[in-house]
Amino acid sequence: MYDIQSYHQAASVADAVAALVRDPEAMPIAGGTDVLIQTREGRHAGCHLVSIHGLPELREIRREADGTLVIGSGCTFSQIHASPVLRPRVPMLCDAVDQVGSPQIRNMGTIGGNVCNGVTSADSAPSLLALEAQLELTGPEGVRRVPILEWYTGPGRTVRRREEILTALRIAPEQYEGWYGRYLKYGKREAMEISTLGCAVRVKLSPDRQRVEALRIAYGVAAPTPVRCPESEALAVGRPLDEALVKELGQHVLTELQPRDSWRASKAFRFQIARELCRRAFRQAVIDAGGAIHA
Amino acid sequence: MTIGRSVPRVDARDKAAGTAKYTSDLEPRSYLVAKVVHSTIAFGEVKAFHLEEALAVPGVVKIFTCFDVPQTLYPTPGHPWSVEEAHQDVADRLLLERRVRFYGDDIAAVVAEDDVAAARAARLIRVDYEPFQPYLTPEQTTAPGAKPIHAEKPDNILARSGFHLGEMSYEEAEASEPDLVVLHKTYQTQPVQHCHLEPPVSFAWQEDGKLTVVSSTQIPHIVRRVVGQATGLPWGSIRVIKPYIGGGFGNKQDVLYEPLNAWLSLQLGGRPVKLELSREETFTCTRLRHAIGFHVDGAVRRDGTLVARRCEAWSNQGGYASHGHAIAANAINGFKQLYRDEKALECSAYTVYTNIGVGGAMRGYGIPQSCFATEALTDDLALAIGMDPLEFRRKNGIQAGYEDPHTHIRFVSYGLAAAVQKGREMIHWDALRERYRDQTGPIRRGVGMAMFCYKTGVYPISLETASCRMVLHQDGSVQVQMGATEIGQGADTVFSQMAAETIGLSLEKVHISTVQDTDITPFDTGAYASRQSYVSGMAVKKTALAFKARILDYAAYVLGRSVEELDLRDDQIVDAADGAPLRSVADVAVEAFYSLDRSEHITAEETSQCKVNTFASGCCFAEVEVDIPLGKVKVLHIVNVHDSGTLLNPKLAEAQVHGGMSMGLGYALSEELRYDDKGRPLNGDLLDYKLPTALDTPELQAAFVEVPDPTGPYGNKALGEPPAIPGAPAIRNAVLHATGVAIDSLPLDPQKLVAAFTAAGLIDD
Repeated sequence: MYDIQSYHQAASVADAVAALVRDPEAMPIAGGTDVLIQTREGRHAGCHLVSIHGLPELREIRREADGTLVIGSGCTFSQIHASPVLRPRVPMLCDAVDQVGSPQIRNMGTIGGNVCNGVTSADSAPSLLALEAQLELTGPEGVRRVPILEWYTGPGRTVRRREEILTALRIAPEQYEGWYGRYLKYGKREAMEISTLGCAVRVKLSPDRQRVEALRIAYGVAAPTPVRCPESEALAVGRPLDEALVKELGQHVLTELQPRDSWRASKAFRFQIARELCRRAFRQAVIDAGGAIHA
Repeated sequence: MTIGRSVPRVDARDKAAGTAKYTSDLEPRSYLVAKVVHSTIAFGEVKAFHLEEALAVPGVVKIFTCFDVPQTLYPTPGHPWSVEEAHQDVADRLLLERRVRFYGDDIAAVVAEDDVAAARAARLIRVDYEPFQPYLTPEQTTAPGAKPIHAEKPDNILARSGFHLGEMSYEEAEASEPDLVVLHKTYQTQPVQHCHLEPPVSFAWQEDGKLTVVSSTQIPHIVRRVVGQATGLPWGSIRVIKPYIGGGFGNKQDVLYEPLNAWLSLQLGGRPVKLELSREETFTCTRLRHAIGFHVDGAVRRDGTLVARRCEAWSNQGGYASHGHAIAANAINGFKQLYRDEKALECSAYTVYTNIGVGGAMRGYGIPQSCFATEALTDDLALAIGMDPLEFRRKNGIQAGYEDPHTHIRFVSYGLAAAVQKGREMIHWDALRERYRDQTGPIRRGVGMAMFCYKTGVYPISLETASCRMVLHQDGSVQVQMGATEIGQGADTVFSQMAAETIGLSLEKVHISTVQDTDITPFDTGAYASRQSYVSGMAVKKTALAFKARILDYAAYVLGRSVEELDLRDDQIVDAADGAPLRSVADVAVEAFYSLDRSEHITAEETSQCKVNTFASGCCFAEVEVDIPLGKVKVLHIVNVHDSGTLLNPKLAEAQVHGGMSMGLGYALSEELRYDDKGRPLNGDLLDYKLPTALDTPELQAAFVEVPDPTGPYGNKALGEPPAIPGAPAIRNAVLHATGVAIDSLPLDPQKLVAAFTAAGLIDD
């Protein structure tokens, strides 16, 4: 039995926002795969919940006229993984969300919840950072958009205000056209696993596929929040695809990461994994892009 | 013939359909819910409780604390009671404790109308403690000046034991030849949890002077005795009911919370109380496989002869005795029972109290730990002299006819060498050992093996007794009642097969009562020690023979023949000479029930006291791929080969092996309950405690060498626990083969491997 004090099933986003405004103790719940676990643990015992679960307006995935991909925040991981709109354009994101938890979790958990939870281990976060997604929020004052690079304010904290509902994630066409990427999750087992470290690498090659035109590297669990590695990205621009670059990238990302030294994994271990995953993800992304790494 | 056939499980239909009843399905009317309050320090004294806020929570009925309970110490392990005081289990538990001995110790209990109210109240209870510095390791707890965890054991050593084989000491043997290769190693195993699917759960209530406890347990008759010892009630006034259970693996071979639940009900006028643990409480507050450290020396001649070994084992008991030293004592037996040391073997074992979670029984009872030590040492010694480790085992391993010089348990049947040969062929040992020599690069492969031996039941260390009752139904079928328990291993199915086989009935004519009710079912100590198909199987056979004799006696009367002329086969009374059917058992049964001349209700009940034992054995072969920069081990192929005598039901045997291999994989690679320096568990949940998932599990190959054992009731010997034993050292040895790096502690988790590979120069930046 869950210790839930009150529960309001919203009829719409507007209704959800109104309910959050009405009850200053209320919090939103979507798939419930985090909130209910925290309630069971006692962290939210006696919680007041406003449910946006199942709202049709939050479950849409579409491509706008200019090519912008719009993913409703209530889309489940399973839905994103199987989306014919997303699969050909952002396969990295589709594969990343397929690595969350278990089939049951992926059928219930939503990408909006994954982002709003604000944790560094969220499996969708490195990909969304590398895709420079825009997050659309609806609150009592109306709608606003926040770049994901400005979203995280600390461990488990985001710029979302309590009365705001994240409604959609938007990915602009210039973020995916011509780009190839890989997300590599490192966990201690192959399923039902929280990320020990996750690395997303996206690459855009020169027209002759001999050089890096642009690079994005993003990590989860390598710092208090999901992070990008702008210096490492910059050093690769214009460089030929060779082993020296692979090696240098692996070394350089470490200067941009601040992993925790915790009982789950030591800092030294996370550094080793971060270095290796960056290299492997970069290699695979280059191959996906039709390039080859030369000795 | 039903023995040896893969008949379907008798409980398969009910379990698949969801109609099988487990403890929580049997809820009595209007029960209350109990929630145990656990200490938030690992060592110290409870000074006071502040209960006001908790008592004010709506729905709270009553709160009991450690200051309310009887000061009667009781034992918890599921051993047969000993009539000799010196051999009785250590009684070191109270229902609730003032002196806290591990993080999560039971200090109070809330009883409420529902679990939300109970949880709210439990969170609001504030406790004043006098904390002491906790001891997490044997070194800390036995250091000079350490505070006693239990006053009765001032040096914190619960028990010690040892033995010495050979004409000389280890030291003398090591010095006896100039050219011996000697290794000094420490092999360390970790605490792990059983992770049975169903948490410990019970209902308790009292009516008409009888205290009833329904519990998820392996050992209902022992639960009755211990509830009696803890509450002071006469044992006959206690009734324990054991329905289907969702796994136990030894954790439920301990009397966990039944005594507290019974006592809570008694305080509330006998009202039904439910006490169900959460997964987190199961990790923190029940039992663990002991972490044992083995300080081992080994001396080997360059021709591959094992000359001498010495082992000192330190077993981390945690806060309470539970099964105590029996496990460490069994662990060191693994050294003598697996190899022949030419000159000397010295072993000693210490079991020490510490302030971590309590060690108890878990599938293998000390042998998974010692198998890791003996089998890692074997590969390390073989490597040191450049010998194939399989050849080393053939040369020095235990042979047919072995008899333990102390317990006198023998390999009555012996299939170890054949099992090793079979595994060797299945894994392609010789080809892979050659192929994976001298590899380079970040991804490398290796193949490793380990072997074990394991006794069947606990004779002569403890009592082995079992009983069975058979009752004839009017249709000529039989109701079989056992004190032995079905815990998922398939006991009901193989007992049914045994009854059918020996009586001469078809399997459809055998009904087995799966629920044990200590008011009704005959006595048996329960499911543990891989004993039931052997020990309780003897009771089935003895009872079935008596039952058959009574049917034949009645049939002789009905048919007007002499009983010597009759036999019972295929549900028919037949002419013993030519097998010709004379009358169906069903007809005889109707006559027996309703005869106006001689009505007789045919039943049989027998006790079988088992005074024999025999070793089972086997081995595991594993082929692995090691991703060196990521510290990951992928098991490509894994084979267990078992020498367990005649297989009663080959499919069930295979399933038993699969389950054990899965536990072995977790033990090898990922499972470990960890503690911070305050003794608080860090990962006592299924998120951070890394139980392998289906995707982490390769195809599990189970194979057997079937050598019928003459002491087994149907040629069978132990199989329940053995499959969990050899996997971890086989995988460890495969990683050694792949990388040249010897990992001497479990589990082989990625962080440990990356550190070891970095130290060995296998990872560059």
